Amino acid sequence: MLLIPCPHCGNRPELEFRYAGEAHIARPADPSTTSDQEWADYVYFRSTPKGLHIERWRHVSGCARFFNCVRDTVSDKILKTYPAGQPKPDLAVIVKEAGQ
Amino acid sequence: MSDSKITRRSAFEGLHPIDVAGAVSVAPVPYATCFSFRGDSKAASACSKGFGVMLPNTLLKAESDNGRTAISLGPDEWLLIAPDGEVEALEASIEKALDKQHHSLVDISHRNTAFTVSGPKAETLLASGCLLDLHVSAFPVGMATRTIYSKADIVLWRTAADIFHVELWRSFVPFVWGLLEEASHEL
Repeated sequence: MLLIPCPHCGNRPELEFRYAGEAHIARPADPSTTSDQEWADYVYFRSTPKGLHIERWRHVSGCARFFNCVRDTVSDKILKTYPAGQPKPDLAVIVKEAGQ
Repeated sequence: MSDSKITRRSAFEGLHPIDVAGAVSVAPVPYATCFSFRGDSKAASACSKGFGVMLPNTLLKAESDNGRTAISLGPDEWLLIAPDGEVEALEASIEKALDKQHHSLVDISHRNTAFTVSGPKAETLLASGCLLDLHVSAFPVGMATRTIYSKADIVLWRTAADIFHVELWRSFVPFVWGLLEEASHEL
């Protein structure tokens, strides 16, 4: 079974987790001046890369916290997890650290 | 207005006993007072004073004293367990110790129920539906965490090398107990 490293609880089986979509999607600061296209981008459109993807997960049957995760969508390998609220990491640095 | 009397019924009523001689036995734990406590570390240390047990700062740990237990489930979440009938007294002493600090204290005594799994084959029986490594080197005495047994959320707490305390929602009892009973035939 795939083990997911929860930043709070350590390596735990994937069945304890729920996927929660792409990470670092910020709500437009001023909706009244946001164009329809920008609003649609915020609400509906998500990136679906072949390769590294930064996504939110929730350790629902563990500490129940949301956290962010850098996962390779090709190999399913998880390169990094970090608590929610931390800034978006530099993917180039992560790739270098992982030695890919 | 209704004058009907509400009586408390054990979630374990009518279940087939699980007792494999020399291997494992599963036994309901008496009713208890349970609280879910949420707050930051400052609120947690204040709550410790009102509860009488130090709420663990480190995750996945249980602290017990004088029949009361505090389990850290997450970075800002604790499960508090005390003997039955202490809801009002504990609520008052914890609220007083917190002195209006931001927190949440919810009585979940009637939602939760618990049983113990004990015996030399306790690990094996729980491993029938629990995905964690339960060997004492990976899951030492005093460790506690929320996890899943098959599809039901449980809180698993190792109280001794061969005794586990399983805390769960009372409506999950027939499901979890049934699977444990099936698995006990294969020990």
